[in-house]
Amino acid sequence: MKDNSPLRYTARVIKSGIAAGEALVSPDPIGFLGGLEGTTGVVTERGHPLEGQCVAGKVLVFPTGKGSTVGSYVLYQLAAEGLAPAALINAESEPIVAVGAIISDIPMVDQVPIAEIQTGDYVRVEDDRVTVWKVRPCC
Amino acid sequence: MLHLTPEETAWLAGDAGPAVKRAMEIVVALGRIYGAGRLVPVESVQISGVSYRNIGDAGLDFLRRWADEGARVRVPTTLNPTAMDMADWLAQGFTAEFAAKQVDVVDAFVRMGVGEGAPVPTCTPYLIGNRPPPGAHIAWAESSAVAFANSVLGARTNREGGPGAIAAAITGRTGAYGLHLDAARLPTHRVEVAVSLNELSDYSALGAIVGQHASQGVPYFEGLPLTSVDVAERDSLWEEKLKALGAAMAATGAVALFHVEGVTPEASAPPDGVDALVVRDLAPGYAELSDPVTEIDLVWVGCPHASLHELALIAERVRGKALRVPLWVTCARPVRAVAREQGLVDVIEAAGGRIFADACMAIAPVRDLGFRAVATPSAKGATYLRNLARVAACFGTLSACVEAAVTGRWSAEDR
Repeated sequence: MKDNSPLRYTARVIKSGIAAGEALVSPDPIGFLGGLEGTTGVVTERGHPLEGQCVAGKVLVFPTGKGSTVGSYVLYQLAAEGLAPAALINAESEPIVAVGAIISDIPMVDQVPIAEIQTGDYVRVEDDRVTVWKVRPCC
Repeated sequence: MLHLTPEETAWLAGDAGPAVKRAMEIVVALGRIYGAGRLVPVESVQISGVSYRNIGDAGLDFLRRWADEGARVRVPTTLNPTAMDMADWLAQGFTAEFAAKQVDVVDAFVRMGVGEGAPVPTCTPYLIGNRPPPGAHIAWAESSAVAFANSVLGARTNREGGPGAIAAAITGRTGAYGLHLDAARLPTHRVEVAVSLNELSDYSALGAIVGQHASQGVPYFEGLPLTSVDVAERDSLWEEKLKALGAAMAATGAVALFHVEGVTPEASAPPDGVDALVVRDLAPGYAELSDPVTEIDLVWVGCPHASLHELALIAERVRGKALRVPLWVTCARPVRAVAREQGLVDVIEAAGGRIFADACMAIAPVRDLGFRAVATPSAKGATYLRNLARVAACFGTLSACVEAAVTGRWSAEDR
């Protein structure tokens, strides 16, 4: 029968905080410098699974970061423009995104089994606790 | 599991204010990511991410906000180069708008107490007195300085990022992981140098070859003519050769430590069976970092920043020549002041060259300054001219670069 109980995980805190939103899941790493536009929040890397999608307000779920260290400041720019993701969830964090989250006050955790989260799920991050509600079509 | 002292825990909780809290969050996050068991005090910090061209308005806003929050460094901290000469930027062709932003970036660091409030922008802090002793834990960000500090001075640092280094300066701490621990400092590659190294740039070409091969490894060099104190006393460019070698490996790969017998305090031969490379020819090192152009519009020397000995060498090579193409030398401001006293600046300027302090062309808006093809005797310089500044690069000996400044032409055969 239908099971509406959410998935719950205990994660490792990179930047503590509370946030919730719709998941946007990328199976591939994200490079913020050159891979995403800091003034629009849209992923611009050609051929990227999230190409053309906007990360603003989403709980952005991806394996890890990649690319230039200046990418930390792209996250800061997103936050300054009001286009930051609500929260960041990684399988394993690396310094670029981790530092970006901390300087931009974006809640972030890692060591979460991200394959169990799908785009459209409703996700809440509260410090080290991650809760995922699988959203089903209403009819 | 990362263990924090009661003081560190209190700082993380915000007891020392928002700026220290944020810095502690960064240090702790990096420590966790890399599996540190504890934090270690650092004796000095070297900060990167200073060029307005690279960090942009977002980076500038963040630095200002951190300074506003009360960020102050608690250990001696030096600053990487700026995009421009902070006093003579007009002569380089920078706009007043860019210059004002670059001044704002440095002002934010001044407010944080970097360089005791009067920072000297340079990628060679070890040439202006920041020389940590062997075994010292430090947190340096400039990759060429990291290679020098680990390999020549025997200090211990990972390759820090911009905000990570600032966080280390504010907290006086970094995670005990990577090159702070003995295990990561053992050689992983054996490199046999079976080619004669004549020019200073030959060490840069060698570094380009080894850096691409060793990637993030720790190369152990055999056959380098740099291994005894006698050599150091005879060869005035001894340290410069090590500087060039390390900078090239750090830029073309991610080498942060290399071993040279008689140079590296902890030098130890790698066990049998590690990856071995024999370098018999430097030509590929030069060729791979040279674009197929025949005309150049700038010659750039001083990557990493030139020492006094290098300025003397450049002066000797350009003396009496008439340079058609701009030849710009970059170095730390105090080094230029000594060179001026010794008459070296006059010699270089009489030939048509210029010496700019603070500056670095790798992180400058080179295209906006009107240049399209730049010759340099630095593998690191050529790498970043291509990848960051997005101009054509020609990598050759100092003689070839000076010749190109005279003729405006570049010939791969002349290299």
